[in-house]
Amino acid sequence: MSTLAPEKKKPAPPRRSAPELIFGDLWEFDPAPETADPKLKARYELFIDGAFTAPRTGKYFDSINPANEQKLAEIALAGAADVDAAYRAAQRAFDSGWRTMPGRERAKYLYRIARLLQDRAREFAVAETMDGGKPIKESRDFDVPMAAAHFFYHAGWADKLDYVAPGRRVAPLGVVGQVIPWNFPLLMMAWKLAPALAMGNCVVIKPAETTSITALKLAEIFADAGLPPGVVNIVTGAGETGAAVMSHPTAVKVAFTGSTEVGKIIMRSLAGTDKKMTMELGGKAANIVFDDAPLDQAVEGIVNGIFFNQGHVCCAGSRLLVHEPVADVVVAKLKTRIRVLRVGDPLDKNTDLGAINSRAQLDRIRELVDSGVREGAELFQPPCRLPARGFYFRPTIFTGVTQSHRIAREEIFGPVLSILTFRTVDEAVEKANNTAYGLSAGVWTDKGSRILKMSTELKAGVVWANTFNKFDPASPFGGYKESGFGREGGRQGLLDYAKLI
Amino acid sequence: MVAHSPPGAFRRLLDEIGTVDAVGIEERVAKFATRSIKKASKVKGLTTAVSMVDMTSLEGKDTPGKIASLCQKAVRPSEDPAVPPVAAVCVYSAMVRCAKRHLADTAVKVASVATAFPAGQTAFKTRLAEVRSAVADGADEIDMVINRGAFLSGRYAEVQDEIAAVVAACGDAALKVILEVSELETCDSIRAASFLAMRVLREGDFIKTSTGKTSLNATLGNNQVMIEAIRDYYLDTGIAIGMKPAGGIRSAKQALHYLVAVKETLGDAWLNHGRYRFGASSLLNDLLRQLEKERTGAYQAPYYFSEAAESY
Repeated sequence: MSTLAPEKKKPAPPRRSAPELIFGDLWEFDPAPETADPKLKARYELFIDGAFTAPRTGKYFDSINPANEQKLAEIALAGAADVDAAYRAAQRAFDSGWRTMPGRERAKYLYRIARLLQDRAREFAVAETMDGGKPIKESRDFDVPMAAAHFFYHAGWADKLDYVAPGRRVAPLGVVGQVIPWNFPLLMMAWKLAPALAMGNCVVIKPAETTSITALKLAEIFADAGLPPGVVNIVTGAGETGAAVMSHPTAVKVAFTGSTEVGKIIMRSLAGTDKKMTMELGGKAANIVFDDAPLDQAVEGIVNGIFFNQGHVCCAGSRLLVHEPVADVVVAKLKTRIRVLRVGDPLDKNTDLGAINSRAQLDRIRELVDSGVREGAELFQPPCRLPARGFYFRPTIFTGVTQSHRIAREEIFGPVLSILTFRTVDEAVEKANNTAYGLSAGVWTDKGSRILKMSTELKAGVVWANTFNKFDPASPFGGYKESGFGREGGRQGLLDYAKLI
Repeated sequence: MVAHSPPGAFRRLLDEIGTVDAVGIEERVAKFATRSIKKASKVKGLTTAVSMVDMTSLEGKDTPGKIASLCQKAVRPSEDPAVPPVAAVCVYSAMVRCAKRHLADTAVKVASVATAFPAGQTAFKTRLAEVRSAVADGADEIDMVINRGAFLSGRYAEVQDEIAAVVAACGDAALKVILEVSELETCDSIRAASFLAMRVLREGDFIKTSTGKTSLNATLGNNQVMIEAIRDYYLDTGIAIGMKPAGGIRSAKQALHYLVAVKETLGDAWLNHGRYRFGASSLLNDLLRQLEKERTGAYQAPYYFSEAAESY
């Protein structure tokens, strides 16, 4: 026998059997579907120059509900000619008044948009959930109210732009091209549009091909709000449309949120042009738990960090770094906690994890999870029934993960947590920073001085202390390294859409 | 004789049992309150809640007549035979005999507050004598208050020793230990006091939030701190301690949120009156009103439900 065999625990007093908690169906919840009408149209056209316009390509593609794989609507496919028309409309709107309109006037439109969105919050929440698969409680309590909050916040700035850069004056850039992802379709649209419009820019924006519906519903609100034609133009389609939006010569600036892979392609294609860029890309955030942390609340933060929106969050806390003395306790508590997560119909008000956004994404998650198992990490999934149709994946945690596992390095963008351990503060910082990404991080400790030290040493755009996934329109959000550059939200986000004079 | 615990005792206890973050607790319990309980699950939840109620009358003006009406309501809360009796009636120790007479052959237990409820500020031998007297009079359960004065001045061993002595005095009666959370104030203190108590309690005993006599009583937050303590203690020792939030739970909807917290923290084994109770007076009729609404589809006027005089 090897003398290096793991040290045996002190013999515990004899016990009948290990105590266990029973999370059964003694008191099962009945289905509680949200019933508000999402008011979907059978077919959505492009929104160009203030009007819904048929695409010149004559083509449409289907948008399906990932919860049951049923078709929701047809979405127009924009070609290069449509994108060109959108840019011409945007340039006209910019030159013919939007740029010179007093800020207080632009603010009125933004306030109106925010209020109209609040008025139709339930309708938008249901549409967002059906289109993207996220649980209704998240679209209802987070996505829609947060989108409205961004319009409100930036409406407040529109007449105060003289004070946004002390000692300098600011001016709009011109026409901006924007491409947004499918994980928070409406919210990302608000993040992109609100600062651009408040500053006086006009926009051509492309939502993700799997989640175009709420963007086009928002266009209905723009029309109701009387937003001048051409100020916002929405073109829908897949990668090719996106490339046309990003590389159009009229765009003085492009803003992209999405994968690092696509971000790199865009940056390559724009190298040598004088376009301004902001990129909000992937992440592989470390959530760091020290032994003095309040562990149950840390576990709640871990769950919130990785299972919020099925883990389709660029700043998701997908790597858990846990202090060795408490690693076993934290993992045990985490396993108990995720046994009561409810996976299923996103429209059910009691659902915690909804549907994975698309089959392609589900395949990618499966592939990476398989790699984790193959590379020897230990997988745990709670026993829960999944709906027969639709794209679902159980909440998953991997223990015994090391820095060189693929699941510790690559962004999975799904409900999969990789757990690593550390021994000292320095080791925690080193491991947390040992990634190509740098979008966010979390620190859990009772010690205030350690929080301050970590927040300066972690190379991440956002560091949350004793909480995770907290957002506010006033707080700038953005990344280091391959997580991108530029900020969204706050004064900093606004300045990314301004020319300093 | 009154020895302070050594310096750092509280810190060491917390090192052992872990700390609690109040903000995180509130965030956790907010999720319970968003659960949507409909139809059959609502009826099941409401019925379970009825069976967990400790109907309480703790007034200076309590009389045998009032206790009699309380007991009658406890045995048969509603005309509907599908509605179970409540778990217990909770009275002052002077009323135990009276309550016992009315509940002799029923499943409803008699609980007595003792140990100079609610302040507990009398000599310990007097408090202990009250426990013995209530047990001798036939109380099935004793609701004691901890010595908050001792706790707040750092005499933790004294707090625990007193609880242990009361456990011994209880004999076969179950004990519920009231922490009076509003006077402990912090989540850390509530967790520490829970462990001090649980370590000397027996399976089937309870810890309880409050007396109902101070400004702040049970909340989903302090309930959560305590059921997480119960969960951790159970997983560590195998000893299952019960929980009783008391005071401040007035509506059926609130009660369902508490049950969701139990379901998702302690699991199915705690969803019965052997391990979970509601200390409340006005809750019962709201539960009955909601059950009647589920049965008939319409809300009934308050005068269709018998009052048990607990609220006046």
